[in-house]
Amino acid sequence: MPGEYSPYLFVVTMVIAAVAFAATPLLLAWLWAQKYSPNKPGPDKNATYECGLESKGDAWIQFKAEYYLYGIIFLIFDVETIFLLPFAVAFTGLGAGAFVAMAVFILLLVEGLAWAWMKGVLTWK
Amino acid sequence: MDEGLKNELQKQGVFTTTLEGIYNWGRQNSVWPLQFGLACCAIEMIATSMARFDLARFGAEVFRPSPRQADLMIVAGTVTKKMAPQVVRLYNQMPEPKYVIAMGACAISGGPFKQGYNVLKGIDRYIPVDVHIPGCPPRPEALLHAFMTLQQKIASQPLTGDHRPRHLHAELPSEFPVPAFGAHDLEPPNNPSLWQAPALRRG
Repeated sequence: MPGEYSPYLFVVTMVIAAVAFAATPLLLAWLWAQKYSPNKPGPDKNATYECGLESKGDAWIQFKAEYYLYGIIFLIFDVETIFLLPFAVAFTGLGAGAFVAMAVFILLLVEGLAWAWMKGVLTWK
Repeated sequence: MDEGLKNELQKQGVFTTTLEGIYNWGRQNSVWPLQFGLACCAIEMIATSMARFDLARFGAEVFRPSPRQADLMIVAGTVTKKMAPQVVRLYNQMPEPKYVIAMGACAISGGPFKQGYNVLKGIDRYIPVDVHIPGCPPRPEALLHAFMTLQQKIASQPLTGDHRPRHLHAELPSEFPVPAFGAHDLEPPNNPSLWQAPALRRG
């Protein structure tokens, strides 16, 4: 109906304009490439890596799972060192409660280490 | 359109151009070099891209770390025979149109290391070089001059006709053979379609 006010007309116009604004350069570039940019693929150009070296071997190789256990034991004792150092510095000024808490903490970790040792994790096979 | 009419229109404030002119103008002012240095010349290349010499004035400051995004390979330094296959492969991986500047005495001829058993006597034995720069190392001004020379070359490349550049010929290759490590030398020692040893004429 002529003269009728449609509040969504502006939105529709805006959507069409926005899509055209983005799509027109892409379309023009595609048309230009059809004539002035012949497609020239090749084994080097389609290669996965782009550092100049040829990729060789297989990506499906296996890593030793033992490294994971080594890593996690190292991490635990690395953190323990951080706690041991202030404990040693403040040792003379500490009460019995603090000493027991620290002893439990260290014993728990030593127990874990003994378990790993018995399991043979510390020998690299 | 002939030159006279173009000048006449320009005096009246009407500027005319061709599609080819606009296309090449855009291309020559947005050449992206490959971030790729081989030896001491690379230091001069870095200096060229820095504030004092400012390669950005020519629209070429965007050094790309991937050959897929680069238009220009600046072979800056000594190409050893160990490195030559990688250089050629990187060139092959660049999209067309692509250009090469051989920077410095080593890249164009082997330079002071020419007698070395492991030095390639010029990268133009394997890939087509557009601009050669002599010097050891060339000053940043020399690289800028080579760059302007390349811009002039790009501006003069026709879009149609028999003299159009290689990338517009669909049947011409975009990749060049990558040399392999042989028992004593690279095999082949050069690409015969690009470079041949100068023949000594006797008599």
